[in-house]
Amino acid sequence: MQIIDIGMAGTLESSDVVIKIEKNPNKGIEIYLKSSVENQFGLQIRKVIQDTLAKLGISDVIVDVNDKGALDCTIEARVKTAVHRAAHNTEYRWGDR
Amino acid sequence: MSRLRRTMLYVPGNNPGMIRDAHIYGSDAIMFDLEDSVSLNEKDAARFLVYNALKTVDYGRAETVVRINGLNTPFGREDLEAIVRVQPDVIRLPKTERAEDIQEVDRLLSQIEDTIGMEPGTIQLIAAVESALGVINAYPIAAASPRLVGIAIGAEDFVTDLKTTRSLDGIELLTARSQILFAARAAGIDALDTVFSDVNDEEGFTNEVKLIKQLGFDGKSIINPRQIEIIHNIFMPTQEEINQSVRIIEAIQEAERKGSGVISLDGKMIDKPIVERARRTLDLAAAARVYV
Repeated sequence: MQIIDIGMAGTLESSDVVIKIEKNPNKGIEIYLKSSVENQFGLQIRKVIQDTLAKLGISDVIVDVNDKGALDCTIEARVKTAVHRAAHNTEYRWGDR
Repeated sequence: MSRLRRTMLYVPGNNPGMIRDAHIYGSDAIMFDLEDSVSLNEKDAARFLVYNALKTVDYGRAETVVRINGLNTPFGREDLEAIVRVQPDVIRLPKTERAEDIQEVDRLLSQIEDTIGMEPGTIQLIAAVESALGVINAYPIAAASPRLVGIAIGAEDFVTDLKTTRSLDGIELLTARSQILFAARAAGIDALDTVFSDVNDEEGFTNEVKLIKQLGFDGKSIINPRQIEIIHNIFMPTQEEINQSVRIIEAIQEAERKGSGVISLDGKMIDKPIVERARRTLDLAAAARVYV
């Protein structure tokens, strides 16, 4: 999947997270995290984002994260949505990842 | 014990907080909605969210139901492709109007089950009828697939189709509710009532629940956890009904032991419908954790 645009997903409601993805050619993954639970869960949130991007085969992106206490499965869902939107991709390949 | 569907709690599919907490209120079923509660430009987000939640969160004893978008929209087929893979108990099809609508979902479900190696027929179906045409076709719809476990009426779209509005006594829904109920019983599946939207009108809600219970409905969709306890209390049998049901079941067990064909209790013949009602009473009592 090729990132060709800015992709956003999520809301600022409690238990949600806003994810913004944009391309970062040849510079790897940069994550900028703002979270109400950063001290406790910052590392875990970053890990979920890294793992989700790896599953999608995405390597060079800037990820802006504004977390409101989302579960891991919510973070993963919002990252997948933002990536597909940023790639203008609707081939979801359910079950693969 | 047969599955009880007294309460089916609506959860908007793009709301992570409600999706996370949906099972803590004790409704019999949770309905994750990808349809009307999700705006057109968030359909993809809600699908990912519900997919991930069902893959990850343990909803305990609650039946998991996903309301997909209709197959005549750009979203319905993708909803099925995604959601079947995380195996909810039931898919609910909105705005069902003909038996063919259900048969098409059945066929797609079979294809996906086959592709991913899932036992054929694993995913069950509930058909929601929300138009005059759907109500007229209620029986063919209810009998359209062995996957069907229930037929539901969705009143908001239905009254609009009738060119009326909802009233507190529900007179405009009486014929439709009856027709849905006949169809459900004739097909041997559950009859499920529509939502009551004014969460603050407890008296109106209570009256409506008593009405649909008396009509014979198995349960009702709800939009707020506060409505759960009211329904469960109204559907709870009285101690007298429970005691009598226990005696009926004991009487048939005793008769079976003796090999006697005809059963009587207190001088009255006990036949099949009485036994069925007694079993249902005890199911409801057990669900309410009443000591029997």
